[in-house]
Amino acid sequence: MTTVAAKPATMAQALTRALRDAMAADPGVHVLGEDVGTLGGVFRVTDGLAAEFGEDRCTDTPLAEAGILGTAVGMAMYGLRPVVEMQFDAFAYPAFEQVVSHVTKMRNRTRGKMPLPLTIRVPYGGGIGGVEHHSDSSEAYYMATPGLHVVTPATVADAYGLLRASIASDDPVVFLEPKRLYWSKDAWNPEEPASVEPMGRAVVRRSGRSATLITYGPSLAVCMEAAEAARAEGWDLEVVDLRSLVPFDDETVCASVRRTGRAVVVHESGSFGGPGGEIAARVTERCFHHLEAPVLRVAGFDIPYPPPMLERHHLPGVDRILDAVGRLQWEAES
Amino acid sequence: MTVMEQRGAYRPTPPPAWQPRTDPAPLLPDAEPYRVLGTKAADRADTELLRTLYARLVRGRRYNAQATALTKQGRLAVYPSSTGQEACEIAAALALEERDWLFPSYRDTLAVVSRGVDPVEALTLLRGDWHTGYDPYEHRVAPLSTPLATQLPHAVGLAHAARLKGDDVVALAMVGDGGTSEGDFHEALNFAAVWRAPVVFLVQNNGFAISVPLDKQTAAPSLAHKAVGYGMPGRLVDGNDAAAVHEVLSDAVRHARAGGGPTLVEAVTYRVDAHTNADDATRYRGDAEVETWRRHDPVELLERELTERGLLDEDGIRAAREDAETMAADLRARMNQDPELDPLELFDHVYAEPTPQLREQRDQLRAELAAEAETAARQTGAPEGGRR
Repeated sequence: MTTVAAKPATMAQALTRALRDAMAADPGVHVLGEDVGTLGGVFRVTDGLAAEFGEDRCTDTPLAEAGILGTAVGMAMYGLRPVVEMQFDAFAYPAFEQVVSHVTKMRNRTRGKMPLPLTIRVPYGGGIGGVEHHSDSSEAYYMATPGLHVVTPATVADAYGLLRASIASDDPVVFLEPKRLYWSKDAWNPEEPASVEPMGRAVVRRSGRSATLITYGPSLAVCMEAAEAARAEGWDLEVVDLRSLVPFDDETVCASVRRTGRAVVVHESGSFGGPGGEIAARVTERCFHHLEAPVLRVAGFDIPYPPPMLERHHLPGVDRILDAVGRLQWEAES
Repeated sequence: MTVMEQRGAYRPTPPPAWQPRTDPAPLLPDAEPYRVLGTKAADRADTELLRTLYARLVRGRRYNAQATALTKQGRLAVYPSSTGQEACEIAAALALEERDWLFPSYRDTLAVVSRGVDPVEALTLLRGDWHTGYDPYEHRVAPLSTPLATQLPHAVGLAHAARLKGDDVVALAMVGDGGTSEGDFHEALNFAAVWRAPVVFLVQNNGFAISVPLDKQTAAPSLAHKAVGYGMPGRLVDGNDAAAVHEVLSDAVRHARAGGGPTLVEAVTYRVDAHTNADDATRYRGDAEVETWRRHDPVELLERELTERGLLDEDGIRAAREDAETMAADLRARMNQDPELDPLELFDHVYAEPTPQLREQRDQLRAELAAEAETAARQTGAPEGGRR
């Protein structure tokens, strides 16, 4: 048996591979959206699918997000497994009524008779110099809507595994793709049989003893960098990658915080009403007696996503995380 | 000399597709709504069909009256009556084959029942014991949709999926005049036309979106005219003429099944009752207008046709009414029973498997219910225990 050398793949390529494998494995999987066919998507995630599976399986739709998602609901009702692409985070808002009024409620309103196995791919977040409406972090909207799974990969391997799991799920999934990681590479080998990750499990990406950074998607790399930098300050940081915002893995998160006694939640979406508030509250409720300091949040500012030339001031960077870590010396200060 | 006539000027190639790709004339609706009853067209109507339609219309009228009465008794939270619109509801549903799908809006209970759904199950949404009381797959009826026009793209997607699978299934999507102003109406019709999906869109134009009349809803010559812009035929039909509705819908269904693509049908009708029992219709329309429409009643139109043709006599009318009374009595009796509800079921259908968070909350509710039961038992002096 010849050993295949690990060829690094980008996250976008891993997503393409996940779609292709899912379509090959199940003839019910259909991809639809604006530009997903001939062009292969503006991020090329659906590249080659129309050629390989035909336009009936990978369909260029009219430009209408509510229509894309609404027709996908009907397709799922008839037993297909649609995967829709919302080209950019803020372009998905016209489809939001379909999300909250139908996608998330169809199983519930029919007492389980009409589940909707569909995946909504949303390229999200900033850091790529996109103009207005191209960099929103919309996860809190989706998290606040019962009936949806909300997942977001931070590694190339997870991009593959979580997308396969999302497509295989019998429930609707909002699959948030961090745009700035599309071109990132890691050791994932597309030639090897890839694992399909179960949804709903967080993972410890870096072990540490002095505090836990809780993060996901686009902010994981920043947190890993911050953790390395913190060593110089004498901090040994643990980094937890949530991977799934709904369902939320209280167990892994709380086990980590109980070990370290301190926690910072890091994400680039706004702080007020954002995911960090929910996570900090959950951690506080469950780990209060283990906490040496309040759970802190490092997030984007509570402003509309800034223009590209200013976005670096908005996005949480290593320094802002290290500042928060410094503030975890609560007892000493108060 | 214009710029374009200058020597060496850039001469663009004309864009390829500016010519209209379809002659719009065949897509345009007639100026007047199509009618059968009281016209020569009635000569070729299927008499058995007319009799069936009549019996169902009488039942439908009685159903509306009974459901409205149930709101007064507090058995239904609300009921949007379709009195005056029974012909649209019933004739449209009857135009479908068993394998076809119906996508109703919240006022379309009669169409739902016409598909064979149990009348009580069709009312659970309005009673409030669960949102959808029936299994959508059993009679191929989607849940009653409360948001306007959002169910139309579902109909398109389902019909499209069926065709991809090789099934000759047609979807009938129902919407009101107000719903045609919604974005989802546009997107659904556009998708259906581009995909040539086997869908029939039926607009029941009953004159008002709650209180807003049609002329404040649209400036189009008719709602059926909207079809032309999508590249599908538009048809205008008298919505109180059950035979005409059935004929036009049957044609559209046949056209869709044969691969001809979608049709938009506008049925011109009138909502004789208020929007719901909670609405005061006297604030936005006069009695004279309602009276005019009462004289164009769908049940009476059909009754007159059948009577004049010697297809229906007093006995026949009485039999239809007795049948309707039996249905109403059964509905009343069953609706007067309190539904058995299990609060813990609230957590069962959010996901295929409850999340850890939902499991915790279900345990919390279970504990609350047990405490409630214990308190109740103590107050009534019954022995403690039971539901712990």
